[in-house]
Amino acid sequence: MSELRGIYTLWKREVLRLLREKSRLVSSVVTPILWLVIFGTGLGMSMATRAGFSYQQFLFPGIIGQTLLFTAMFMGISVIWDKQFGFMKEILVAPVSRLSIFIGKMLGVGTNSMLQGIIVFALGFFIGVPISVMMIVEAIPLMILVTIGLVCIGLIIASVLNSLENFGVIMTFVNMPMFFLSGALFPVATLPDWLKWVFYINPLTYGVDALRAVTMGSAWQTILPLWQTIAVIIAFDVLMILIGSYAFTRTK
Amino acid sequence: MSYIIETRDLTRKFGNLTAVDNISFGVDKGEIFGLLGPNGAGKSTTISMLCTILRPTSGKATVNGFDVVKNPSQVRNSIGIVFQDPSIDDKLTGRENLEMHGDLYGVPKAQMKERIESVLKLVELEDRADSFMNTYSSGMRRRLEIARSLIHYPKVLFLDEPTIGLDPQSRDHIWSYIRELIKKEDITIILTTHYMEEADKLCGRIAIVDHGRIVAMDTPRNLKEQLGGESIILKTRNNPLYAEKIKESGLAKGVAVADDEVRITVDSAHTVLPKVVDVAGKAGIYIDSIFLKEPQLDDVFMHYTGKALREGGKEISPMARMRRRA
Repeated sequence: MSELRGIYTLWKREVLRLLREKSRLVSSVVTPILWLVIFGTGLGMSMATRAGFSYQQFLFPGIIGQTLLFTAMFMGISVIWDKQFGFMKEILVAPVSRLSIFIGKMLGVGTNSMLQGIIVFALGFFIGVPISVMMIVEAIPLMILVTIGLVCIGLIIASVLNSLENFGVIMTFVNMPMFFLSGALFPVATLPDWLKWVFYINPLTYGVDALRAVTMGSAWQTILPLWQTIAVIIAFDVLMILIGSYAFTRTK
Repeated sequence: MSYIIETRDLTRKFGNLTAVDNISFGVDKGEIFGLLGPNGAGKSTTISMLCTILRPTSGKATVNGFDVVKNPSQVRNSIGIVFQDPSIDDKLTGRENLEMHGDLYGVPKAQMKERIESVLKLVELEDRADSFMNTYSSGMRRRLEIARSLIHYPKVLFLDEPTIGLDPQSRDHIWSYIRELIKKEDITIILTTHYMEEADKLCGRIAIVDHGRIVAMDTPRNLKEQLGGESIILKTRNNPLYAEKIKESGLAKGVAVADDEVRITVDSAHTVLPKVVDVAGKAGIYIDSIFLKEPQLDDVFMHYTGKALREGGKEISPMARMRRRA
């Protein structure tokens, strides 16, 4: 019971912080708009359109994936900020288990990136992606599954590092490669074999792929059958939760 | 033994460095116990071990009867902590910070509102409770942190350098809250400080820590008396005769006549003073003025560690410094 209350209060803190940082909410909307409208239009014009859908329709799930990735990673890593500003001490010294702290953080950060992901999802309406009720019902649980694993990566990094000095390094070596090598911007199927493998080991590839299956329907051919894609995502989530809770129980 | 905090040969090493070296002490219930020492003496490391943040390399410690290694969560439930560096969430209001703490420590919902009001009242922040933390001054932040540490009715309160970086006025405020606190709540306080004045004014007993060891431990008064350097300075109508009489009486460790005054060195000025006055009376020497000079705790510290205890210059992380200034 007291553990649940601890989890709840840690979750609440993250949500309160998000709602108060209006600038972050605004920028979280602007960046995807730039990608979808400018990059999407520009590149879409110069790409041979494949049967049945526009480039923007193709890009849309990729940008949702990108939003989830960047928010989850950035917010997860922000635990380092808590460490530097001392707030982490207050949490770590409370009579709440490390596992609960991890879960509370994961849910809080996850809620944040889901909120931003949903905002981007709603933007689809403006770029002409046909959004149906069924699509929303399918996409949201899927986005939650994708988010969990990504949040955990951020939290794991944060539990290892003690300062934000390496933040740029993380962006360069984790965030950007994960984004570019996920098939968010171009299809994996047409790539040369040697490059394909890099995409196949990237968990985000399966997230974007599954989102595409949901938003584009039968027009999109997934790498693996959809249920296998979802199984890969869930397996990745479980693995990350295990590593993350282990890493958190060891933080000082 | 009914010590509320007890340590036996508590030791913590960081690689080759022994930060805390076989420290043993006991703190009585209801006491304000001070750990006094320069930066890097091992005070905060000792506190961290007692708060279960750091594991001891060797030795034993109990807090409220619970072993810090074997029963860390019971220890955590019994203690409140105010860290040396600020540890509040800037994006939340004062009250939200307090509520979060209450939730983390499982304070019954029914009591929470009332308890928050009462701790806010103690530190006189009732009217600022709903402002965001980034509008608080550093003194107010400290006060809020003290309030926060009390919400879950801790048996032991740890204050790690509670007034560091504060202006004299805020420091006075914090001191009066601490005194108030020990009267009102069923609590024991252990504080670390490198301000002599703070230790002298607040603590019932002080352990002087240097290089990870306790070099002396007693009440501030006894520590000063052990120094044996108190002086009674008198102006009389007949200084040479008076000095002679004092020497004959055997009351003083040393007598000197200088600048039309008599300086008498004694073990304890408070107890010797009446006798010294008596000597003058019997000899028919009129005393114009009496001045007592007690050794300061600074002198005590100097005596035990061979170095002066400088104020300020405390190393805090650059982030924390930035935060304090804001």
